[in-house]
Amino acid sequence: MSPRRTPDGGRIDRSRQVRFTFDGTSYSGHPGDTLASALLANGVTLFGRSFKYHRPRGVMTAGIDEPNALVTVLEGDVREPNIPATMLEIRDGLTVVSQNRYPSLAFDLGAINGLAGRLFSAGFYYKTFMGPVIGPLKGTRFWMFCEWFIRRAAGLGRAGHAADRSRYERVNAFCDVLVVGAGPAGLMAARAAADEGRRVILADLDARPGGSANWSDETIDGMAAPEWVATMLAELSGRDNVRILPRTTVWGYYDDNTLAALERVTDHKAKPETGEPRHRTWTIRTGSVVLATGALERPMVFPGNDRPGVMLAAAAERYASEFGVLVGERAVLFTNNDRAYRSAAALARAGAKIGTIVDVRDTVSAAAQRLASECGAELLTGRAVVATEGRSRLTGVTVRAFDAKSGAVSGDARNLAADCLLVSGGWSPALHLASQAGAKPRWDAALQAFLPPEPTQNWVAAGAVAGAYTTAEALRQGLEAGRRAAGSSDDRGEIGIPLAADDELDPAPAPVFEIRADGKAFVDHQHDVTADDVRLAHREGFVSVEHLKRYTTLGMATDQGKTSNVPGMAIMAAAVGKPVEEVGTTRFRPPFAPVSLGSLAAERHGHLKPERLTPMHDWHVAGGATMMTAGLWFRPQVYGQPGETVEQAYVREAKAVRGSVGIVDVSTLGKIAVQGPDAAEFLDRVYTNTFSTLPVGKARYGLMLREDGFAFDDGTTWRLGETEFLMTTTTVNAGKVMQHLEYLLDVVWPDLRVHLTSVTDEWAGAALSGPKARQVLEACVTGTAVDDATLPFMGIVRGEIDGAPVTICRLSFSGELAYEIYCGAGYGTHVWETLIAAGRPFGIVPYGLEALGALRIEKGHVTGAEIDGRTTARDLHLDWMLSKKKPFVGSAMMDREGMTGPGRLELVGVVSLDGRPLNGGAHIVENANPAAPRDSIGHVTSVCYSPALRRYIALALVEDGKARRGTRAFVSDPVRNRFGPVELVSHHFFDPEGKRLHG
Amino acid sequence: MAEYSALSLLRNALGGNRDWAPAWRKPDPRPAYDVVIVGGGGHGLATAYYLAREHGITDVAVLEKGYVGSGNVGRNTTIVRSNYLLPESIRFYEHSLKLWENLSHDLNYNVMFSQRGMLNLAHTPGQADEFIRRGNAMRHEGVDAEWLTPAEIARRVPGLAIGGSARFPVVGGLMQPRGGTARHDAVAWGYARGADRRGVDIIENCEVVGFLRDGDRITGVRTTRGEIRAAKVGVAVAGSTGHVMKMAGIERLPIESHVLQAFVSESLKPLIHTVVTFGAGHLYVSQSDKGGLVFGGDIDGYNTYAQRGNLPVVEEVMSEMVALFPGLARVRLLRSWGGIMDMSMDGSPIITRGPLPGMYLNCGWCYGGFKATPASGWSFAWTIARDEPHRINAPYTLDRFYRGAVIDEKGQGATPRLH
Amino acid sequence: MLITCPYCGPRDVSEYTYQGEAGRRRPDPASADRAAWDAYVYDRLNPAGEHSELWQHSGGCRSHLVVTRNTLTHVISSVAFTREAGRSHGRRGKGARR
Repeated sequence: MSPRRTPDGGRIDRSRQVRFTFDGTSYSGHPGDTLASALLANGVTLFGRSFKYHRPRGVMTAGIDEPNALVTVLEGDVREPNIPATMLEIRDGLTVVSQNRYPSLAFDLGAINGLAGRLFSAGFYYKTFMGPVIGPLKGTRFWMFCEWFIRRAAGLGRAGHAADRSRYERVNAFCDVLVVGAGPAGLMAARAAADEGRRVILADLDARPGGSANWSDETIDGMAAPEWVATMLAELSGRDNVRILPRTTVWGYYDDNTLAALERVTDHKAKPETGEPRHRTWTIRTGSVVLATGALERPMVFPGNDRPGVMLAAAAERYASEFGVLVGERAVLFTNNDRAYRSAAALARAGAKIGTIVDVRDTVSAAAQRLASECGAELLTGRAVVATEGRSRLTGVTVRAFDAKSGAVSGDARNLAADCLLVSGGWSPALHLASQAGAKPRWDAALQAFLPPEPTQNWVAAGAVAGAYTTAEALRQGLEAGRRAAGSSDDRGEIGIPLAADDELDPAPAPVFEIRADGKAFVDHQHDVTADDVRLAHREGFVSVEHLKRYTTLGMATDQGKTSNVPGMAIMAAAVGKPVEEVGTTRFRPPFAPVSLGSLAAERHGHLKPERLTPMHDWHVAGGATMMTAGLWFRPQVYGQPGETVEQAYVREAKAVRGSVGIVDVSTLGKIAVQGPDAAEFLDRVYTNTFSTLPVGKARYGLMLREDGFAFDDGTTWRLGETEFLMTTTTVNAGKVMQHLEYLLDVVWPDLRVHLTSVTDEWAGAALSGPKARQVLEACVTGTAVDDATLPFMGIVRGEIDGAPVTICRLSFSGELAYEIYCGAGYGTHVWETLIAAGRPFGIVPYGLEALGALRIEKGHVTGAEIDGRTTARDLHLDWMLSKKKPFVGSAMMDREGMTGPGRLELVGVVSLDGRPLNGGAHIVENANPAAPRDSIGHVTSVCYSPALRRYIALALVEDGKARRGTRAFVSDPVRNRFGPVELVSHHFFDPEGKRLHG
Repeated sequence: MAEYSALSLLRNALGGNRDWAPAWRKPDPRPAYDVVIVGGGGHGLATAYYLAREHGITDVAVLEKGYVGSGNVGRNTTIVRSNYLLPESIRFYEHSLKLWENLSHDLNYNVMFSQRGMLNLAHTPGQADEFIRRGNAMRHEGVDAEWLTPAEIARRVPGLAIGGSARFPVVGGLMQPRGGTARHDAVAWGYARGADRRGVDIIENCEVVGFLRDGDRITGVRTTRGEIRAAKVGVAVAGSTGHVMKMAGIERLPIESHVLQAFVSESLKPLIHTVVTFGAGHLYVSQSDKGGLVFGGDIDGYNTYAQRGNLPVVEEVMSEMVALFPGLARVRLLRSWGGIMDMSMDGSPIITRGPLPGMYLNCGWCYGGFKATPASGWSFAWTIARDEPHRINAPYTLDRFYRGAVIDEKGQGATPRLH
Repeated sequence: MLITCPYCGPRDVSEYTYQGEAGRRRPDPASADRAAWDAYVYDRLNPAGEHSELWQHSGGCRSHLVVTRNTLTHVISSVAFTREAGRSHGRRGKGARR
């Protein structure tokens, strides 16, 4: 017999059909069905295969705790593996396949692993696969050979490489009270907090908020429980200060009451609305939290407890009541507690025959006995299920006498025919979030469960999570929690608590977790961890809970041990002979349930980082530039012409600069306005050289060190007024320099009257270089002269270019007569185009980073490749910039023994002697040995073809480099297989006297 | 204690696995030892193992406040490599890698060291040069390193956003074929079992609460299980270094304690076959033998001893994952956790005699502690046994900071969060 | 984690940049006391518990704040502008350098 749909009942929409496929077969269900309920309704019992032994598995639960029924959802070629069928709402066109089976779910070759079960005991792989100590398989080879097979056998679902084109979204939300879980306690808490005028968010992971009230047969406030839920939801959703989030799993509890939640927005829709994201990540900052997260039923551990057809009692009840699905015609209930009798009664009402109730306890309460007789079941007390029969579905169970005190099994076996076995081992409060924001959970011996710990953040627990297992108690606690979370001091007692019949059933289960008999008894179903594995871990000394988890992998599967943690610990406690609380408890960490990576990337899915574009960006692109990234910036590499290589292009550009004139976009340089009466003093302290002596209208090249004395950054700083400077930094260090200066001003020298403003984005900059540069300026600058007298080297003038105000400084990175022209960013392209028009008679060329690099390498100027955070000013021959007249940042530390003395890497020039290009990252050696490279004495930092020298040249950092000038060496680049002779020379390759600066 | 082998496994399986002995004893502490190691993590256990194996010093106790391997050895992303830039680092980590390559045999415990390759992706020509410089530095120290083109990378790492629409196109990658991953817990357990087999007492649930002193000299420890005297006390408690050293009166060290979060996805069929790092951010990812993608990124960036982090780093790391592997948006994060890193002032560790007489200090591992475990234990044992450092750990003194002889792989200076 | 900037109000930790222990004191710029410089540049208090530390509100007003925060619980007990907290907050402990 198979599971089937009942003729009526359930909260599904029977008037409509939904069609979906599972493993290629088409099925139909109703709106409101999960994949699990719909497949059960179609008589399907086999859902998946287990991790290690590939055992056939059915559905065990009806919710987020499902360990067995995991599937892969397909959307075109985009795959979404490991989704619990119990959480997947069906929709038209839903395509699902089973996983971890080959060739098919019904016939899986991997099941052969089950035959060697004892060999695959916990930790077996630590004891073998080490391979021979000598021979071709020594070292790690044999293990890696075995690993190849192990990896393929392991794993669950298959993910794909096809890019997910869905949109994901992130939302920040703020509220006074966040209520997690919308069962009876949560609904009451939300209403109570809302009544106090608080802003409330009520989140529930199910499609239909309501929790247990959705499938309970109880009466609340004179209504059927589901009706009461509907009334409460209608009332709450009508309020302005309440937001209800269904399908929203609150998964993380972070510092300062920041909680993270995942809303599954469109997974259940055949056709999402325009613009709707698939998932939405909520970052909720809340004043207080009500945790009404309920409890999870736990299974019993006994041989054959993983057979399809063995199901948690409340799950079967839920399928019957909520989905109108009968999971079996002939059921047996196996329990250690009263509560499960209600599940049996619910199934009986839905039309199942409850043949037998097997209870491990000797005596059961009168209320439970009443329920047993109501559903016409034979009640066997002091008995336990010791085996199950059937292959891919249950056909019967074996029962023997059981002593709950000693755990001993005795007496004759009795076989009972059954197509489903409802199991209940008691309940475990879902205290995951409480644990994330709390101390150690505490063990309650009466309830045989861990209860929420002392809070370390502002939350209060209510309902089953706090051990209040009856609806009446949950309602009461919910109301109180809502009021407390709202900060209400008004004690109104029990006013407003809806009436619900107090349950006469005893909420405390018998302390029985396992029935020890022959055969594999599963604790962690998904990871195939058996009770024997737990005992083996004990035998080998892996006793602490963390060792148990790590050694056996108990609780490490995708269900994170929601059904297995407590039974596993109880079995360990029994092995150790200590109470459960002394074995310890495991600490829960985010996320409570798995979260899609896409939802966490959200809007940055496909847009990891912003793109920084200079004001002239579009011009560069239109002008044929190849753009390259420099940090977040995009900059022209070369403006290549058809058929040109990069090298040909930059050589042409650099030649044009030295021969006539070129222009380069320098807008990306960091620019900091340093203003205030003490600005000059401040600069004296942060630069190694002096700026207080700099006249207004002049610029100076400056070097900064870190506090530890190593070189930090360089650039020019312009004195625009007595108390006003414009500092430039390298492009990559702009942010770090700003932060460094702010720290010094705010923390170290708060007495200095200086204000810093980052103006990098406010100013567009162009550098005009070459012998004809002045003539270009003369052709387009108005309002100032630019002759040598008015604008000498390092001088600054202000004027206009075609109506746009500009500030011009005569300084040079290329070694040519050169100017930097800054204007407001909005004028950037206009000024740039005007300069190019003015330069056209001189054959002006725009040049990119490669030519910029070649020109500065020829001059021996250093950049980030040389100022790499490990070099000193002396290493870079910049000691001439170290003022002896004043202290500055780094001056006290720069001459320590480790930073001076022999063996330092110093800057040198390198000339290729074999006419072949040099490469950045190549090393320098005294004797090249391509077969066995050794004895590196340094490395190449920057390279180019020098049009001026007609050689391939480079800068390098070489041990005692200065002393090696004029000597031969080799580049040694085994990674690229390039070796060749070079000469080490001064880094000043070209025009060392600097004559060309003057045009 | 029985050797582990395929044969012993089979024999025990036939016997219903009832005859396995504890992997290590659970002795009570004795009043005195030649050497006490504070910290039963990977480094402390490895130190005890090598003290016994290399130096014949077996009168050793390892004191662990919780259970063996409860710290960072069981909280890392399991990457093993020696692809460093500076010669001091390369030599140290290569020594470690060589020990790794024979570790399972050495310990008679399969630590599942899988040399599946370590690939650093470069995204700009400048970064490529930096990586090649590093690769060449390795080659000049006799260590394996190769440069892979984007086409080769695409072949080896399917699903990677190589070029085209990628915001940070891959221009190449530095591969260390001998790099890979290991089973982190097994390293702690293997060393514990190995040390125990050589007579070392491994004492769990024994927290050090103070040091015994004779003037300046450290002469033992006070613990929750009584006083234990020792001629030499080695401290290997990365993550708690500040806290433990304070008990010895050392309040300030060149270390900040930061939390590093790590992440694992649900178990998947084999998808990523090497260890991959993303050069345009900070992300490292590999796939465990069980199938989970194990990955991590930056530290949270503030002092903490709480083994949990916050959301901004979680979101940053996930963003980088889907930027690198656009197909993974629907893969789900299963678990996250935090470990406390000793972030030092130059990004490199400290393995040294001192700072007090009778004391030896092993700390400051930043992100690099797991892969260093064998060499750290090996060289710390040497230092304790011989009262002088071995060549490979000689540079890693405490006074190198003050002398300016820092070993700064990233060139970031004394800002720990940037290393 | 939320830090309450005295200007901007409570803001997420992602808006701030951590700048380490607040109790360090920079020696007089002209000082040649190497030990003092060593301690300033390299040594840090690193307590498990209350910690006085500097944060810059880099994604906001860019002020530097002295924050007292518990490194075991992340609970913040006080926040002040560095300028108001004064320059010599915290104390110097005994260093490792001997």
